[in-house]
Amino acid sequence: MLDSKIPSGPLDDKWTYYKGHCKLVNPANKRKLEVIIVGTGLAGASAAASLGELGYKVKAFCFQDSPRRAHSIAAQGGINAAKNYQNDGDSVFRLFYDTVKGGDYRAREANVHRLAEVSVNIIDQCVAQGVPFAREYGGLLNNRSFGGTQVKRTFYAAGQTGQQLLIGAYQALERQVALGNVQMYSRHEMLDIVMIEGKARGIICRNLVNGELERHFGHAVLLCTGGYGNVFYLSTNAMGSNVTAAWKAHKKGAFFGNPCFTQIHPTCIPVSGDHQSKLTLMSESLRNDGRIWVPKQKGDTRKPNDIPEEERDYYLERRYPAFGNLVPRDVASRAAKERCDAGYGVGTTKQAVYLDFKFNLINKYGKTEATKQGIQDPDTETLIRLGKEVVKEEYGNLFDMYEKITGENPYEVPMRIYPAVHYTMGGLWVDYELMTNVKGLYCLGEANFSDHGANRLGASALMQGLADGYFVIPYTIGNYLADEISVKPIPTSHEAFEQTEKAVADRINTLMNIKGKQTVESFHKRLGKIMWEKCGMARNANHLQEAIIEIQQLKKEFWTDVRVPGTINEMNPELDKAGRVADFIELGELMCKDALNRNESCGGHFREESQTADGEAERKDNEYAYVAAWEYKTDSNWELHKENLTFEVAKPTQRSYK
Amino acid sequence: MMDLTLKVWRQKNADDRGGFETYKVKDISSEMSFLEMFDVLNEELIREGKDPIAFDHDCREGICGACSMYINGRPHGPWHANTTCQLHMRAYKDGDTIVVEPWRANAFPVIKDLVVDRTAFDRIIQAGGYISVNTGNAVDANAMPVEKDKADAAFAAAACIGCGACVAACKNSSALLFVSAKVSHLALLPQGAPERKTRAMNMVAQMDKEGFGSCTNTGACEAVCPKEISIENIARLNREYIMAGATSDK
Repeated sequence: MLDSKIPSGPLDDKWTYYKGHCKLVNPANKRKLEVIIVGTGLAGASAAASLGELGYKVKAFCFQDSPRRAHSIAAQGGINAAKNYQNDGDSVFRLFYDTVKGGDYRAREANVHRLAEVSVNIIDQCVAQGVPFAREYGGLLNNRSFGGTQVKRTFYAAGQTGQQLLIGAYQALERQVALGNVQMYSRHEMLDIVMIEGKARGIICRNLVNGELERHFGHAVLLCTGGYGNVFYLSTNAMGSNVTAAWKAHKKGAFFGNPCFTQIHPTCIPVSGDHQSKLTLMSESLRNDGRIWVPKQKGDTRKPNDIPEEERDYYLERRYPAFGNLVPRDVASRAAKERCDAGYGVGTTKQAVYLDFKFNLINKYGKTEATKQGIQDPDTETLIRLGKEVVKEEYGNLFDMYEKITGENPYEVPMRIYPAVHYTMGGLWVDYELMTNVKGLYCLGEANFSDHGANRLGASALMQGLADGYFVIPYTIGNYLADEISVKPIPTSHEAFEQTEKAVADRINTLMNIKGKQTVESFHKRLGKIMWEKCGMARNANHLQEAIIEIQQLKKEFWTDVRVPGTINEMNPELDKAGRVADFIELGELMCKDALNRNESCGGHFREESQTADGEAERKDNEYAYVAAWEYKTDSNWELHKENLTFEVAKPTQRSYK
Repeated sequence: MMDLTLKVWRQKNADDRGGFETYKVKDISSEMSFLEMFDVLNEELIREGKDPIAFDHDCREGICGACSMYINGRPHGPWHANTTCQLHMRAYKDGDTIVVEPWRANAFPVIKDLVVDRTAFDRIIQAGGYISVNTGNAVDANAMPVEKDKADAAFAAAACIGCGACVAACKNSSALLFVSAKVSHLALLPQGAPERKTRAMNMVAQMDKEGFGSCTNTGACEAVCPKEISIENIARLNREYIMAGATSDK
């Protein structure tokens, strides 16, 4: 029943074979075909630009005031590509293998291999657009390394790589807007999919400036709407990041794949109080140069700089000598939690560990600079000064951001960090062509489930978003639209549009008329607390069962006691948020169900019942080597479908970074 | 913990005249961000049955460029090289009065309260703020070396987040820092060379059409820019513009 449509043949040849055999749409027909793209982050903007260039009539939607503000912009560290410019043994195969292994063997081999193949084209495309990646003095591109790999394959622009890539895609998008190939609708939020004869044929969206509902037809609909980490309330996602578009599609029949797969990023600025609205990431690239430690002595209250070297526990280097501070994110996060739970945490809340740059400031950068400048026997102070200059160039904006938030100078004192929700590997189930099980409905980027398995490697989200938008969808959508060329645009007076709009309007009216006592924000906070405590970094059956009941109760309370101020026909951010939180509550329940079903530990999903004697995650390939694709039936009722995963090339082994 | 008085611009919609409202906020922690302080106030307003204050914000990491408050007469508040969302309450003390307004510029009409319409910036980019290269046309990324100094300068200009603080700070509401940052970013790179002339001409023409004022070199824009975009970029844009006018074949 779930057909992943993976092309036959050897892994290396599948994508080439597909491209050579998929159906094409001729230029004259492309002009007659309309494509709706929801979301303008890396996946959406790159898809909108590329499909516009091909000649399709594109309508793009975003809830922000400009497509340039999508949350891809906040990605810091970099983007992977198998260029092997460093001559350090990288290849398409290595990137493929690292990604499948890093994902703990829960991703689809064929998709990941395609991702690794097109990664090299992405870098070429971005450089041609004027993306100012970091360069060496010879004028060629520089690389850094990220977690879960032993090569340097990450391209970067200081700590603002996502910004630069998104600006590149945004400019390409705006160029198509100027040419009339793309119509841009900012401050618009998609609130439902319109289905006609079993195919996605349009959307209902709300104009967030005047509150009016709008109908838009498309021969195909692409959701590029990002992840759902905000279900935890506190995350590194933007305040507006939400699951609503994907959730509406889910309720219209699209299966949700592996919803419980959440990435908890190890290096974020710790929570400082109840007022906190969001968490801020400190890029994984910092783990290139920072060493993570806690005091060897429990409850040590000395200042970090007063704790001598021999009394520090560099626990990642101790536990994982081969990868050290560069173990994958899930491993690093759990190790931090383990130390804090055992009573070795630091800072006022004791829910933090140190990320210390002094060693590399002196020994790596300071000494290299001193040698370059011909300084003989430099003292420590000189080395620190020289090292600081280099570190400033590499990560200056991150260090500044840390200081603004915490009031501490990370050049002088170690950063305090703690894991936080950052990315969701789960998402709408898609086949090899990025189509959901609903015909004509596609899902790209973080919003889909496909490439990262149970754990995403650093610098791979940008790669996937741009791969999907620039290099995959332009081919795969033609294979569908080639059969749609005779379908005339359906007028939005069609009864399906009428009915869908009415259902959307009814729901908005219901929300407005509850007129309860509790704010939307307070419900969101409570949901986040349940999710973080019972479906967070460590999960067990008891907690998950409790969470399901608590979430069901929360849902009831929400729909009887929420207070949404203002009116419908005006700019009303509280109303926007109310709709999103209502969807998060439903999603939270499904995530707990999925986590409960998967009684194994894999990647970011750690079931306490399934661990080795020394506390490492234990995968159960015999029982769970499948994608859990959930079909929405009725309220709180889902049916599980399984897509079995087969590994022909990257044979599953228990991951070891020791 | 501190108690503060806020005077905030309230305006129902684009047609409303608008005016200041005064609010008291209590028990604000110095660790809160400025926008978290607004969250606290809004929660209170909702509980009291009042309309919360609308303001643009999204990433709260100082990079998306959405937040845009004019705080005590300065875009993004008192800290250097900072956005509103990264401003923290450490900057204030108990008993302070803080005046908060939206960006004020003809080209940025108010939509509601502190929310303004900045789509003029998108239209300026549409006029030429790109390199015309279709997906799939690119050569190998290392085929064209770029001097490190130029690449770094291009990056420094490309760091612009399009927030519009430069316009809000300028007594003429000029958008020249924004426009020049984009022109510089692309003119400094060899990839941007083929469209240099038309880009400078067209983007400046669109800027004028949107109703932004002229630049009189006061440097107020640079002083408030959260990303420290230098007015050297304006000098570069002027050179690009003059050169384009003098040497264009059209």
